[in-house]
Amino acid sequence: MSTTLDSPVAPMRPMAPRVKMAPREPAREPVANEEPAIEVRNFSFWYGRTQALRDVSFTAPRRAVTALIGPSGCGKSTLLRSINRMNDLIPDTRVSGELVVEGTSVYGSVIDLVAHRQRVGMVFQRPNPFPKSIFDNVAYGPMLNALCTRRDLPDLVEECLRRAALWDEVSDRLDSPATGLSGGQQQRLCIARALGNRPTVLLMDEPCSALDPIATQKVEELIFELKRDYTIVIVTHNMQQAARVSDYTGFFDRGGVLVELGGTNQIFTNPKQERTEAYITGRFG
Amino acid sequence: MAATVPPTGLSQQAAPLKRLTGAARGDQLFRLVLTICAIVIPVLLLALVLMLVRGAAPAIARFGLGFAATKTWDPVAGQFGAFPMIVGTLLTSLLALLIAVPLSLGVAVYLTEFAPGFLRRPVAMVIELLAAIPSVVYGLWGVFVLIPLLQRAVFPFLRSLLGFLPFFQGAIYGPSVLAASIILAIMIMPFIMSVSREVLLAVPNSQREAAMALGATRWEAVRTAIIPYARSGIVGAVILGLGRALGETMAVTMLIGNRHDSSMSLFAPGYTMAAAIANEFNEAATPMHYAALTYVALLLFVITVLVNAAARLLIWRVSRGGVSGAKAE
Repeated sequence: MSTTLDSPVAPMRPMAPRVKMAPREPAREPVANEEPAIEVRNFSFWYGRTQALRDVSFTAPRRAVTALIGPSGCGKSTLLRSINRMNDLIPDTRVSGELVVEGTSVYGSVIDLVAHRQRVGMVFQRPNPFPKSIFDNVAYGPMLNALCTRRDLPDLVEECLRRAALWDEVSDRLDSPATGLSGGQQQRLCIARALGNRPTVLLMDEPCSALDPIATQKVEELIFELKRDYTIVIVTHNMQQAARVSDYTGFFDRGGVLVELGGTNQIFTNPKQERTEAYITGRFG
Repeated sequence: MAATVPPTGLSQQAAPLKRLTGAARGDQLFRLVLTICAIVIPVLLLALVLMLVRGAAPAIARFGLGFAATKTWDPVAGQFGAFPMIVGTLLTSLLALLIAVPLSLGVAVYLTEFAPGFLRRPVAMVIELLAAIPSVVYGLWGVFVLIPLLQRAVFPFLRSLLGFLPFFQGAIYGPSVLAASIILAIMIMPFIMSVSREVLLAVPNSQREAAMALGATRWEAVRTAIIPYARSGIVGAVILGLGRALGETMAVTMLIGNRHDSSMSLFAPGYTMAAAIANEFNEAATPMHYAALTYVALLLFVITVLVNAAARLLIWRVSRGGVSGAKAE
């Protein structure tokens, strides 16, 4: 079941529905001996007696977008939430296999979960800003983890909001409640909040599924910008979105099996597995 | 209206229109019944106030507003002042809150965030059962168990530890302001605990996850994300407890010592408004005594209304973040 990356992605056209976007630059050539940011080996996951992931082996290259697609209940979100161990909140779960992020074994015995979650930011399906001011939302992580002094905080908040392409919209009302923003703005605020911790990896769990098309487009453009600096893993139900924003795509099938992982271009134009082809052409799922 | 409808549509629409009016008649009746129900409540309230004002009129005419600031309460001489009772009422309630709020909030947080699954429901149910115990039973328990315990162990310890403060000086009687406050705290804890537990349970998981994903420990998530999110509900729970504490009569009457006096010491006996009314109403000898007690009742009413209004204001102010947060979910 081991799947390896074989082709860097060539520049590809966005698939329909067409979204106007900055011209796509070719993904960085993977450096031969560069370690992937995330490496998963023979990873299995159980909720009680239900197995959600079966022997998954998977890598996410540095500073690229890896999309996880597949039908509902295929385990793609479970894998994503295993990367920063958000599944710990659910009682009675078990794992086996290896999951390594930036050289650290995530389920190993020596991991510092707080530091790990600081390095691995997460954006959730529904925007979940805290009912605090816009400023305090972005400042939450840095204050919590004492990453910077109170004096440097405004600069950090501004930087994160700029990176999340939200600064121009909110710079004059940083003190107003975050919950007053629109859904799309809230989601970009959540991205800014995740950036506040200065992570290297960003996990996105269907970040656009609660957004309208225009807000979705903004978030997608943002993902495109962010991959220069961050390793991004995104779970999406929307295949066009995977095709638009990702450099690599992994297709999961029911039962928690990773069927195929490869360059996005290859997966969408020339899938090796029949199941993958059936899914992306809409024959099931 | 009908003139604007084209003639062709008129005949087709006539039948359903009639049926609609028929349904509306039933609605009107229903609405009338509900309106009456809704009006009865404010009317009752108004009647209550009127009765209190009329009953208290002689005392109001005689003592005026100074009643609330006067210390003497002498039925024989016909001198009445409610100051010690007002202080006693506010003091016992406040102390009770001081004791009960941290404890019940701690229990609520433990039960929603930390307790193992098999403990959560049973413990919550037992605590809610506490709320169903009649207050006279709490009073009996207070007299026979709590007061001897306080008298023997707790009060002497407090006096030796904090005796430099005026609140913990003086002779130790059993029945006292502090004993009443403690029994009040025990009585309001189930309310504050179960309401704040519900409120904490209603905090969406996404808030928990957001905090944890940013590197918060469980405790940090509770402190910086979950409690702030739930704060308006928690304030509501505290207010509910305060309302109970202000009006609680039986157990307090049994434990506070019933003395018309306001001493600095919490070990000294005191009085609350509710306790005074319950205690003296049957023995009110003169019409003025009766009127004074009714005046006390009126003041208690006013104080509870004011406290509740202040609480609403507080909830409204703190919830400008919290409630809109709930709306966004």
